[in-house]
Amino acid sequence: MDALRFIARRLVLMIPILFGISILTFVISNTIPGDPARLILGPKATPETLSALQEEMGLNDPLYIQYGNYMAGIFQGDLGQSTYSQRPVSEDLVRYFPATFELTMFAMVITLLIGIPFGIISASRKDKIADQITRVFALMGVAMPAFWLGLLFLLFFYLKIGMFPGSGRLDTGMSPPEYITGMYTVDALLTGNWPVFRSAVMHLVLPGITQAAITIGMITRMTRSSMLEVLGSDYIRTAHAKGGSENRVLYGHALRNGVMPVITLLGMAFGHALGGSILVESVFSWPGLGRYAVNAINYLDFPAVMGVTMLIAVMFILVNLIIDTLYFFIDPRLKHD
Amino acid sequence: MIRKVTSSPLTMVGLIIVLIILLTAAFAPLIATHDPTEPNILNKLQPPSAEHYFGTDEVGRDIFSRIVHGTRISLRIGLIVVLISFPIGTVLGAIAGYIGGRVDQTIMRITDIFLSFPGIILAMSIAAALGPSIENVVLALAATWWPWYTRIVRSSVLSIKNSEFIEASRALGANPFRILFKEVIPNSIAPATIQASLDLGFVILSAAGLSFIGLGAQPPSPEWGAMLSNSREILRDAWWAATFPGIAILITVLGFNLLGDGLNDVLDPKQR
Amino acid sequence: MPLLEVTNLKQHFTTKKGFLSEKTIIKAVDGVSISIEEGKTLGIVGESGCGKSSLGRSVLQLVEPTEGSVKFKGEEVIGMNAAQMKELRKEMQIVFQDPYASLNPRNTVRQILEAPLIIHNVGSRAERKEIVESLMDKIGLRKEQLRNYPHEFSGGQRQRIGIARALTLNPKLIIADEPVSALDVSVQSQVLNLMLDLQQEMDLSYMFISHDLSVVQHISDRVAVMYLGKVVEIADVEQLYNHPMHPYTQALLSALPIPDPTKKRDRIILQGDLPSPANPPSGCPFHTRCPIATKECAEIVPNLEEKSTNHLAACIHV
Repeated sequence: MDALRFIARRLVLMIPILFGISILTFVISNTIPGDPARLILGPKATPETLSALQEEMGLNDPLYIQYGNYMAGIFQGDLGQSTYSQRPVSEDLVRYFPATFELTMFAMVITLLIGIPFGIISASRKDKIADQITRVFALMGVAMPAFWLGLLFLLFFYLKIGMFPGSGRLDTGMSPPEYITGMYTVDALLTGNWPVFRSAVMHLVLPGITQAAITIGMITRMTRSSMLEVLGSDYIRTAHAKGGSENRVLYGHALRNGVMPVITLLGMAFGHALGGSILVESVFSWPGLGRYAVNAINYLDFPAVMGVTMLIAVMFILVNLIIDTLYFFIDPRLKHD
Repeated sequence: MIRKVTSSPLTMVGLIIVLIILLTAAFAPLIATHDPTEPNILNKLQPPSAEHYFGTDEVGRDIFSRIVHGTRISLRIGLIVVLISFPIGTVLGAIAGYIGGRVDQTIMRITDIFLSFPGIILAMSIAAALGPSIENVVLALAATWWPWYTRIVRSSVLSIKNSEFIEASRALGANPFRILFKEVIPNSIAPATIQASLDLGFVILSAAGLSFIGLGAQPPSPEWGAMLSNSREILRDAWWAATFPGIAILITVLGFNLLGDGLNDVLDPKQR
Repeated sequence: MPLLEVTNLKQHFTTKKGFLSEKTIIKAVDGVSISIEEGKTLGIVGESGCGKSSLGRSVLQLVEPTEGSVKFKGEEVIGMNAAQMKELRKEMQIVFQDPYASLNPRNTVRQILEAPLIIHNVGSRAERKEIVESLMDKIGLRKEQLRNYPHEFSGGQRQRIGIARALTLNPKLIIADEPVSALDVSVQSQVLNLMLDLQQEMDLSYMFISHDLSVVQHISDRVAVMYLGKVVEIADVEQLYNHPMHPYTQALLSALPIPDPTKKRDRIILQGDLPSPANPPSGCPFHTRCPIATKECAEIVPNLEEKSTNHLAACIHV
């Protein structure tokens, strides 16, 4: 099977999923108790104005027509009006997305830099002290509430020793770099704005590590068990028998095959990181989608909540598609399947 | 099997933690030293001491007692979510795997859709739609959790559905309902049961997260996530208010994870 | 009127390998006609993959046959509705090959033996208990063992339990699909003798499916030989074993050890492998391996014809 066909097939498989997501979000936002018209007008509305608004919003139409209107809106980029920010939700999403993306990517990079090496060390020193320690930390990372870790970081690194800033994306008073990608670190680099770059990185550290904590645990555990499986397989024993040195066997043979399966799990890790961003952003007042969603929840701003939900679901699917495609190119076995 | 569990130190640690949690929940009123919701403004923001093991919060409530009572809330949430989503997921998974064809495809597409959201995001939007309360968080988590069981059960059903004992049952004229509940499900739920014990921890973690952002337990409930949310206001003055509820969550989740992992190893000796 | 009469039964499976690849049709059973008289045993022999197990399952309607007719006591079975089918299940039962896989590992023997009675709503609790206990007696197990689980029994004991389960509803016909081939040789004869005793006692008919010619000889009244989904020869047991006509039957029998070492028989070694049922040879399916095949064999599909009294074979050269 060639690459184009593989990708085409994955894209085709995405269609029913996206369709399903739209139905699910529609069901959540339209059939669950609570009348949106009443929400907008508040409790003091007269029955007349209420029914007028219900009519105007199409709430009296049959469900399938409501769904049709909803889909038509989505295709035109209309996700409704945020009742809190008074702006179209799609505009808000565009505004807050880069911050979340920057934070999540930063967390993923940390995850890979820490998770994979520790997984390998743990596997190669199986049952030794280094392995035991790594395993316990990885387990704790998976079991830890990230938002709590964030609070501890704030307590220590921000309030106690003041090493890193504790909220926002830049020092107060500093103006953001010229808008190119919306990611401050990238934009500052592109415009050569060093003070802003430095500040942006410093602000990323605490929320980034917090968000990475969960996924580091996951990836370490996956790498370890995948490496162990490879190290126990016949061809590795053959390599040992041929007299290959420990390091050559480990890095020459086992590494490639042991780390590869971990790549397929990156999509899942990315999903966890995105989910975690909701909590982490609200701990660090990080002005991204997560904090936007949490504010929206507190102001009963329902269109905004659904907008974030849908955007994150679509992002999650796209990332998985990209990873599957990458994997297809990396793993020669898939090409002949 | 029991010997295998007791021979793994990490599994034993998990088992002991889980037992302690169960006992704490059962005897919360006896263990707690103070009323968990009664404010005592004269005693506010006390650091940990012999009188208040974990200190007090901004209205003088004893944090130790709140955490002890919070065990009940968290455990109840975890159990109810699993008790709702496990049967639903199991039956759907068994139907999908056993009947196959269109039915299978339909059920699996639906689970795919649910699994295409990061779990906490979907739970968040459902809980937000239903309105903030513990009951709604339970519903929201149950609604996002069942597809995992469906997947696991389906794949183990696929591995046994052509067994001769199931064919024998068909040859005897048993109806599909009987075959499903008497033959298929009892022989394919073991892996999902282990997953459920692991999940208890993750459900508790997710519920705490949802409470943290204001969707779950409402003040003055001594729910751990809500307590952490509350502690942000007094972070500067009371490190203990932010520290101990988090440790409680960490230990609880760790306990269920260790136990679930251990059970997994016992049943699947290939791993590790 | 025979108890079971199967006419031109076909069981085809379609498999699709990949997303866009073509379908392949496997003709597991391809036009089989056999009959079983009341109280008699028909043996079905053939190599694995010849479709003998599929034949048993499609007679029982465990898989829906593609074509043909199955008559039980003169009544057409194919196309019966669910209620009729359920009634019929009391009369036709199956014993499986693998006694380790055919008993639900999570049920006690009592539950396993009681299930047919519960499914068909037979008797009161007390009556069911009595039936189950008398079954245990029949198969030579103690009634205290009813509370044990399958893994607590030996292979032979399990197979007895499998037989008892098939007998619970007092059937007329048992389809035994390789019932002894998973057992030790010493245990095989015990189980076979049990089956013979039960046949006498309960006036049973058997369709006895096996790849083992000596086992089939021991238990059968009449024997059908199958090759690639078709019956190539069918005759009474003495006749078939003493005067095999079809070259395939001759080859199979030549491999049997002879009790009298002074007699000599030339062993016929078959050439090549069993062809894939997904892609059977043209003409006579056996011609690719047949020692006496001629050019016509690749073209003419031989019919199963009566070559002497009650002895049918499908070969143009006999």
